[in-house]
Amino acid sequence: MSLLTTNYLTPTGREEAWRFTPLKRLGGLHDGSATIGNRQSLILKEAVAGVKFERISRELSPSPVESDDVVIQRVREGATNVATLTIAPNTEVAEPIFLARAVHGLDTAELSRVRIELSAHSHATIIMENTGDAFIAEDIEFVLAPGSNLTFVSLQEWSSKSTHLAKHHAIVDRDASFKSITVTVGGSLVRLLPSVEFVGQGASCELLGVYFATEGQFFEHRMFVDHAVPNAKSRVNYKGALAGQGAHTVWIGDVFIRAAAEGTDTYELNRNLLLSDGARADSVPNLEIETGEIVGAGHASTTGRFDDEQLFYLMSRGIELSDARRLVVRGFFNEIVTEIGNCDIQDRLMNRIDDELAKAGS
Amino acid sequence: MSTLEIRGLQVSVNTDAGAVEILKGVDLTIKSGETHAIMGPNGSGKSTLAYSIAGHPKYSITGGTVTLDGVDLLEMTVDERAKAGLFLAMQYPVEVPGVSVSNFLRTAATALRGEAPKLRTWVGEVKDAMEALKMDPAFATRNVNEGFSGGEKKRHEIMQLELLKPKIAILDETDSGLDVDALRIVSEGVVRAKEANNLGVLLITHYTRILRYIKPDFVHVFANGKIVEEGGAELAEKLEANGYAEYVGS
Ligand SMILES: Nc1ncnc2c1ncn2[C@@H]1O[C@H](COP(=O)(O)OP(=O)(O)OP(=O)(O)O)[C@@H](O)[C@H]1O
Ligand SMILES: [Mg+2]
Repeated sequence: MSLLTTNYLTPTGREEAWRFTPLKRLGGLHDGSATIGNRQSLILKEAVAGVKFERISRELSPSPVESDDVVIQRVREGATNVATLTIAPNTEVAEPIFLARAVHGLDTAELSRVRIELSAHSHATIIMENTGDAFIAEDIEFVLAPGSNLTFVSLQEWSSKSTHLAKHHAIVDRDASFKSITVTVGGSLVRLLPSVEFVGQGASCELLGVYFATEGQFFEHRMFVDHAVPNAKSRVNYKGALAGQGAHTVWIGDVFIRAAAEGTDTYELNRNLLLSDGARADSVPNLEIETGEIVGAGHASTTGRFDDEQLFYLMSRGIELSDARRLVVRGFFNEIVTEIGNCDIQDRLMNRIDDELAKAGS
Repeated sequence: MSTLEIRGLQVSVNTDAGAVEILKGVDLTIKSGETHAIMGPNGSGKSTLAYSIAGHPKYSITGGTVTLDGVDLLEMTVDERAKAGLFLAMQYPVEVPGVSVSNFLRTAATALRGEAPKLRTWVGEVKDAMEALKMDPAFATRNVNEGFSGGEKKRHEIMQLELLKPKIAILDETDSGLDVDALRIVSEGVVRAKEANNLGVLLITHYTRILRYIKPDFVHVFANGKIVEEGGAELAEKLEANGYAEYVGS
């Protein structure tokens, strides 16, 4: 066990990137006071042909793209190896690849680096299941070679005591496409930073997410899509529900279209469903454009309550209020949950959403 | 044998500028097997009548009673009214994103019948109901009313009417927006429901066309929030010829 000692610029909460995050609840991951353990929780559940999973020492692993996030800087200082998953060139992995963290330890923090590399023209779906009591800071880098295609599903089904901070950074090369589906339904505090950097023309990304925060939970999803090259396409669609006193969610969608990024096509959307009083949803789309030569750029953000007309319509067919609400909430999330493409997980999540709704007593 | 009885019904709608009175004392009795047509100018309160009987939260009942077989409907929640045997085919059916028609129908049938319908017979039941309304089976997997054309929404309403088998149905401008073929198909659905379940119908319409298929026993003229004249099928013809000028007191 060790304490982190380097002097970083500890955030005060006034910084743009930290202004919504309750720093007191980070367990000292941001200011270096957290005690770091040597747990390495990530496992590959089952070996899959064409997929290599190994731990590579930090010195032998390619350097990650710089990050100005202090927690990520501390992860890079503290983690001595990088869990690396590589898909061989021209390989199409038909079945999903399951990664999992089943953590049981809140006393010391885990610092984890992960690198997921898709070789040229490879295709894969990776599902990462996060369960248990976790205190973890995670730095994942995805490197998508030309023509590759990755769907990454990350499931935050942590216990209600867990703290999870993570950066998910994708570097997407020519004609490659990256799709991520982030599900956050468990944890005390979860802060995820999905980001995409296009480095080749014709690249695309789809960042999808759902979250459901109940009493006292804080879930932040802060994304950044960097259009630095021409003719790339990005889509962002996050949907969240909140219920209960002190439930707080934050969604920040930063999209940057640089001068060189002609032919960019981007759209981002965040919708929140407030199911009770005392909950708060912050939603900030932000589009910065340095060229007018684009295909399209837009964003939308809505936060609303149950639609009375929908509930009335369902109830006028004999459906009880609680069932009508459940149908509407399931329907709200359905569009994104079905994108996971795995019935067992989809059913599990929908049941979890029912439970959250029931727990919220609404 | 069922009876829907509306007595002295007064209803207001809540607006930013306060409550506005819309219904000013409506009296109407509908029995099983009967068809009552309501005709009246735009804005006279016909949909308000339909919605307030069904229990839409936007309206406040300020006076009068509504009972179904002697039981007070106004004390019931919206779903309880449906369970008591009431059905409302809406003028503007609502889209419910992410909820498939088949899931919706099964949930409704389960609620109304008190138990989930047997899967084997249920699939056939839905298929028959859709076929009867000449709806493509693909509608079962689509989201409720989402992206349906105006006419498709109306067919979907009447399909539910046949499937859910209420005692009394209120049809709010079910004929509006239907082409000639769809009007016949939808009307035949209503007639089938009447014959199968001895349904009582309150049919709100602007046109006599639909009354050629669904023969009214009574026609009521609605103006300024109440019924101002009553008669038989011939009254509808007269309204079509002369309009409402004599009732709105211009
Ligand atoms: N929120 C509201 N604020 C003010 N007036 C309202 C509100 N809701 C309804 N009204 C008024 O109530 C009156 C009755 O409306 P209703 O929809 O019942 O009419 P209708 O007879 O069904 O008309 P149509 O034939 O056009 O369907 C109208 O004048 C309408 O403008
Ligand atoms: Mg109307």
